[in-house]
Amino acid sequence: MARLNVNPTRMELKKLKGRLATAVRGHKLLKDKSDEMIRRFTIILRDAKRLREEVEAELSDVLKQFSIARSITPSFEAETAFSMPSVAVQAECSTESVMGVDVPKVELIREKRADGLPYAFSEITGEADYSVQKASDLLPKMVALAKTEKAVRMLAEEIERNKRRVNALEYVMIPQLQETIKYIKDKLDENERAAVVRLMKVKGKAQAE
Amino acid sequence: MTGKMAIVGNGDSIMVFKAAGVATFPAEDDKKARDVLRKIAKEYQIIFLTEELARPLTEFLKRFDEAPYPVVVSIPSGSSDGYGMEVLKNAMERALGVDILFHQ
Repeated sequence: MARLNVNPTRMELKKLKGRLATAVRGHKLLKDKSDEMIRRFTIILRDAKRLREEVEAELSDVLKQFSIARSITPSFEAETAFSMPSVAVQAECSTESVMGVDVPKVELIREKRADGLPYAFSEITGEADYSVQKASDLLPKMVALAKTEKAVRMLAEEIERNKRRVNALEYVMIPQLQETIKYIKDKLDENERAAVVRLMKVKGKAQAE
Repeated sequence: MTGKMAIVGNGDSIMVFKAAGVATFPAEDDKKARDVLRKIAKEYQIIFLTEELARPLTEFLKRFDEAPYPVVVSIPSGSSDGYGMEVLKNAMERALGVDILFHQ
């Protein structure tokens, strides 16, 4: 590891010691942060996986049901029946902080519909009712999945970034500082020894005369 | 803040959600989907995107990971082709470096 390009003086030594102390402290803090983020990440990840499995299974059910409904309804009627939703779903969006990362937090708000379905019963078969109902029921879960998956992706990115910082401190910054400090110490010791030897020599010569 | 939900997809799969009250935007291929996403990203907070459109747009979708909103999430249309799980798996491998969930 290359040492820093500094003059071997006491001033520099003192400065570098200060920097080393800061770096070690920062490294410890970042490492703790990384550990805790990974712990939270695994919890959220498990959640996301479970939700995704459930949503995928149920959604494919809904779509299957819906395609059956479509196949027994003339396409023109289906288009008109489905294109006028009687209900609007909205979501209350806010953010929450997971280890300093702002992740989305979503709450589904549903405005109650008058009769439950957006079309007259005479237009459409019962299969369609069922699939629309199921799709509505699935929405809260899909929203939960959306926010959990987003949290997973954002946390993953943050963990990666943090890991890079920890590694930079651990494998570059700290060794570099340590080596430079050692170099300056050696150099100062060497100077001191040189001075002592010089004095002894001078004294010896003075006594010999 | 009240957010709105949208679904981008092709064909019939999105119609059932229209009846359920979600705004729908048809897109027949990934180019169209990209344009639609650009347009609606500011207005809608939660956007569902069908898998076959999400897969070619993986790189494009990464830009949405910077901020909490909008949330873009892929959903299967018909039976799943595993794209959603792949996304999770990638995130896990990036963050942890090991496989703790999928064991394949």
